[in-house]
Amino acid sequence: MTDTMKHSLLFAAVGLLIVMEGVTDWGFFSGSWNSSLVILNMGLISAIMALGVNLQWGFAGLFNVGIMGFTALGGLAVVLTATPPTPGAWSAGGAGVVMAMVMGALTVVSAVTVTKMMPKGRSRALVTIAILVVGFVIYRALFDPAIGAIEEINPAIEGNIGGLDWPVILSWPVGGLLAAGAAWLIGKTALGLRSDYLAIATLGIAEIIIAVLKNEDWLSRGVKNVVGLPRPLPFEVDLQNDPAFVDRAAGLGLDPVLASTLYVKLGYAILFAVVLLALLWMAQMALKSPWGRMMRAIRDNEVAAEAMGKDVTRRHLQIFVLGSAICGIAGAMMTTLDGQLTPGTYNPLRFTFLIWVMVIVGGSGNNFGSVLGGFLIWFLWIKVEPMSLELISLLTSGMAEDSFLRGHLMENAAHMRLFTMGLILLLVLRFSPRGLIPEK
Amino acid sequence: MDLLNALVALTNFVMIPAIAYGSQLALGALGVTLIYSILRFSNFAHGDTMAFGTMMTILVTWLFQSWGIGFGVLPTALLALPFGILATMALVLVTDRTVYRFYREQKAKPVVFVMVSLGVMFMMNGLVRFIIGPGDQRFSDGERFLIKARAFKKMTGLNEGLAIKTTQGITVVTAIVVVALLFWFLNKTRTGKSMRAYSDNEDLALLSGINPERVVMYTWLIVAALATIAGVLYGLDKSFKPFTYFQLLLPIFASAIVGGLGSPQGAIAGGFIIAFSEVTITYAWKKVLNYSLPESLAPDGLVQLLSTDYKFAVSFAILIVVLLFKPTGLFKGKAV
Repeated sequence: MTDTMKHSLLFAAVGLLIVMEGVTDWGFFSGSWNSSLVILNMGLISAIMALGVNLQWGFAGLFNVGIMGFTALGGLAVVLTATPPTPGAWSAGGAGVVMAMVMGALTVVSAVTVTKMMPKGRSRALVTIAILVVGFVIYRALFDPAIGAIEEINPAIEGNIGGLDWPVILSWPVGGLLAAGAAWLIGKTALGLRSDYLAIATLGIAEIIIAVLKNEDWLSRGVKNVVGLPRPLPFEVDLQNDPAFVDRAAGLGLDPVLASTLYVKLGYAILFAVVLLALLWMAQMALKSPWGRMMRAIRDNEVAAEAMGKDVTRRHLQIFVLGSAICGIAGAMMTTLDGQLTPGTYNPLRFTFLIWVMVIVGGSGNNFGSVLGGFLIWFLWIKVEPMSLELISLLTSGMAEDSFLRGHLMENAAHMRLFTMGLILLLVLRFSPRGLIPEK
Repeated sequence: MDLLNALVALTNFVMIPAIAYGSQLALGALGVTLIYSILRFSNFAHGDTMAFGTMMTILVTWLFQSWGIGFGVLPTALLALPFGILATMALVLVTDRTVYRFYREQKAKPVVFVMVSLGVMFMMNGLVRFIIGPGDQRFSDGERFLIKARAFKKMTGLNEGLAIKTTQGITVVTAIVVVALLFWFLNKTRTGKSMRAYSDNEDLALLSGINPERVVMYTWLIVAALATIAGVLYGLDKSFKPFTYFQLLLPIFASAIVGGLGSPQGAIAGGFIIAFSEVTITYAWKKVLNYSLPESLAPDGLVQLLSTDYKFAVSFAILIVVLLFKPTGLFKGKAV
């Protein structure tokens, strides 16, 4: 059996799992097309995230554990581009916020210039600290009244700066840009140091981005969430009230409510699939190009690549920014799909480490592998819960109905999914470290 | 102006919490740093090892409480601690045998080890949530305070109270004892010396007949004890929640790196540096300033530099500064 055939079969198998979810309610399948499409949509988004991580890890060997942060920035981009601007917010505090930001940036820039220009010594340290302290005081003096004014506007549903009122699809590239900017900043400081340091730095930046989203109410409404984000597809209710749509659904023998939900989900699936295919095509082209070969050469032997005149740190920065931008795009798509930004729900286990499991299981260094991993692991992530429930009810079937142990096990069966993901990761790393579809 | 009250307020709200938190971080960072110097990788599962140890201790505590066994004024958890440590030791030894040893024999790259530790982290996290659930658990009992704020006010006649929680006292005392024992072990005993030799130069240590598997085993045993103690102290002082323990990973790593990865002295210093900066930067200084400044200068606002939710940002900022200016850390750790 050729490799191509084997890999197509793997994709077909995962496809079959998702189709089975819609067709049958046997075992852990639910037999609902809605649930099947939900898995497919999140699978598409996961595949895109895995593609971004694969770019960083598979191509360049960069260990990024801050995926959650870049995803969340993508989510923020949806709020900042697609929502209508809050009436009066810009006149109340917009200027103050912008001035505070400029002041903050100026402070950092001048502190950096001073450290670069002045000779090393005590006076340099003192001047730098003085600049930072004065800058911080001015920044807070400008910032606090401005955000206070913004947050006072209609705090029950608004109280944030709002967005630009652009079409929501445009927020996807904007999400990529935001994530790229953050990645540039972090890459500039942490790349070129040891690999573990990049990991810890990205872990930190992700937590900080989430903290900012949770606390800066003027920006993202914090834990009050932004709901009712605009969407690229019509609402189900409007479809159900549209006689033409109801007629067409009846023609297919479908109930209008079911037809409308399937229509919307299918629409998302098509949109996401287009993005995934475009990115996959670009990643494949990049992999085959001289640039991709250079990246892999750097990954396999940095010293040799440097001796050949390649600027390793710059190339690392480049691919780090690109990979993070892809995660940002996926994050924006996910927030669009959810229709709301809920900063409280971002959790590194789900948004960072799960993506890593996808890349490793699928096959690091192979774009098709990470896409496959994205779909497969997402399916398992959803389905391990019913699976472990069934397993535990089977194992405990001998116990009394009201036994404490049985109740406890059943109640906590949901947490088995983390355990299972860890187990899958360890098994793949041990017995098939190159993943399901290995790098060529 | 009232400097005495200012001093008491400062001690009560900044110094005491920071010293307790710093001791907990230092113990955690010692574990990370030991793994790093002997096994040569950053152990992402450390936070969850702490959570596992704490969970086992809590379970034994509940058992003791149901039997009516208490520890007088001290928390029962201290009695249960040795059992928690033993359980954690068993867990990490099993993990090492089944997971890490394979990669050690392969001489895998450090980043592979880190990846493997992610898998271990997932499994431990799942295990802890499965057994005790994801919720908050408080398991501190016994006397709550060493010094109560009201008693202190009555005693001294000051406006400001000073309260020291029993758990804070226990934390500091335990940390001092544990650190002293650890340094005695590393510097004076044969096994400790062989561990340091192995950390300095693996090949040379092998040549002089040191058994690497033994060194690794002792390291895991010590790390299990340190992690459990750090976790239980943190849990007694605040509360136990699996996710919080996972998040402790960041300040713990920051402490270990700021001090210099691989240097035990550095880990302790780093723990206190991170703890003090987190507490001072997120503390609202209004009260202290009101006492210490003349009335005309007294501030209007809270004078809080950053909101408490940004405490991660503080450890992170310090981490970045150290990485940029002194990548080996304050105490010249290893840079592989």
